[in-house]
Amino acid sequence: MNPIELLKTLVDFSTFDYLRGVWGPQPWVEPLLDVIGIFAVSTFCLLIVIFLIWLERKVIARMQDRIGPNRVGGKYGLLQTVADVLKLLSKEAVTPSGADWWAYNIAPFLIVMTALLMWAVMPFTSQMVGVDLNIGLFYVLSISSVSVVCLLLAGWGSNNKYALLGAFRSVAQLVSYEVPMVLSLLVPIILARSMSVNSIVEAQNIGYIFVIPMSAIIFFLSASAETGRTPFDLLEAESELVAGFHIEYGGMKFGMFFLAEFIGTLFMSSLFAATYMGGYRFLTAELFGYQTPQLLQLLIFFIKTFIVYFVFIWFRATFPRIRIDQMLNFNWKYLVPLTLVMVLVVALLDQVVGDAHWLVRAAAHLASNILIGAGALVWARRSAAQRHIMVDANATAVVPGPVFTGGGGHGHDDHGHGHAPDTHGHAPATVAAHD
Amino acid sequence: MLSDWQFIGLFVILSPIFPAAPVILQALLGPKKPNPIKQSTYECGIETVGDTWIQFKVQYYIYALIFVVFDVEAVFLFPIAAAYDQLSLFAIGSTALFIILLADGLAYAWSKGALEWI
Repeated sequence: MNPIELLKTLVDFSTFDYLRGVWGPQPWVEPLLDVIGIFAVSTFCLLIVIFLIWLERKVIARMQDRIGPNRVGGKYGLLQTVADVLKLLSKEAVTPSGADWWAYNIAPFLIVMTALLMWAVMPFTSQMVGVDLNIGLFYVLSISSVSVVCLLLAGWGSNNKYALLGAFRSVAQLVSYEVPMVLSLLVPIILARSMSVNSIVEAQNIGYIFVIPMSAIIFFLSASAETGRTPFDLLEAESELVAGFHIEYGGMKFGMFFLAEFIGTLFMSSLFAATYMGGYRFLTAELFGYQTPQLLQLLIFFIKTFIVYFVFIWFRATFPRIRIDQMLNFNWKYLVPLTLVMVLVVALLDQVVGDAHWLVRAAAHLASNILIGAGALVWARRSAAQRHIMVDANATAVVPGPVFTGGGGHGHDDHGHGHAPDTHGHAPATVAAHD
Repeated sequence: MLSDWQFIGLFVILSPIFPAAPVILQALLGPKKPNPIKQSTYECGIETVGDTWIQFKVQYYIYALIFVVFDVEAVFLFPIAAAYDQLSLFAIGSTALFIILLADGLAYAWSKGALEWI
């Protein structure tokens, strides 16, 4: 093995083929390459989280007219998260008395494991994919639903009423929003005729976001709820439940829950990029016979992923938290029926236009999706108007005012490294009339 | 086919290493001075009253039940969606009927008030 040649193969991503050539067909070669791949993708996930936390705090700070981290590591606070990690490492590991030892300690491990395992099927480039399972999306969904069990284990094992309440809520939320997520992912599968993530990427001559935008929006909303980010962060809800299911966790075990949340959010962004934005494909250049080099494919994949990730942060910075009944109502009485209608329409329409030219097919699906979206908007307006009438009839004496339920920022975000005063949400919190 | 799952199997075996490394490092680096107050349950400074592991609101149970119905539906729909162009018109019709029946189940639960948060 020649080290210089090995370095050369890193550029065009043929390292594994090179190593296969050097080592020959031995029985231990494939498992060893698998292990190298596993360590590469997992280390990447753990390290990128340090950057993601910094990015999130900085972007949210700028959106809320604050400065954000600006002390540790130069002008931009680049080492802030590293300092936070060091702080977490120096904490004492406390297990509360009366906690269920196994449940309490196994939950943070299991949740990071599930967050990492999902990456096994993600195609970073056309060749750089852990394993291209023929049931890829199904695998992702089944692994991601294990995180519900972890949250219940954590909440139940902590021997704390707030944690238990938080865990119940998280299970209700995650379980509910899994339904629209699963159903909206059916639509790209119907269009691509495959569950493998790589074939779905290959099938997108134009990104599916321009073909089935409704499915993309529903997936985005439910993925946001699945990862427990701010408009849907009732899992944590620090103003009501202190911190929800992870209140009794400290130090690195607490860090593991946040690690899992950030890896999960990045994964959802990359899944969105892969299933709706064409993943590693260079827009439509492949159609004209352009062979995108592997390095460029990787770059495109990450640009798309981070565009989606930015929208996730934007989403979090913009909306206040909603109540649990509103959240479950929104899911069961709005998203689920809407998704069922969409799946049915797309499936039946694809039976008609499935064999047509792909442009005709895309146009037909786009038209039907826009119609469904318009219908959904009309329906939302009508039910909102109805609710207003009900509220007016029930409580005429209560003055409606701005409702502030305290969104923004997790507990550990509030160290206040931005020194600008908190400009949002200190108006007198008048509680509006609700039901 | 089996070699595909070899990667997943190895990943499952190796993935506990990544959360374990920082947790073990913290156990080595952090101080160890346990005392009863520190280890008591944190409920905003007030001592906890009664048992934590109590029975809880049935509301959550109903959502879980409806979820099970939809999740089983999804398990059936995924293979149908993946093999969509090999289906006969009859199969498409029965799948559509299947989805409509499930939507009807949701409508039934809705009309019975199972989706109201009390």
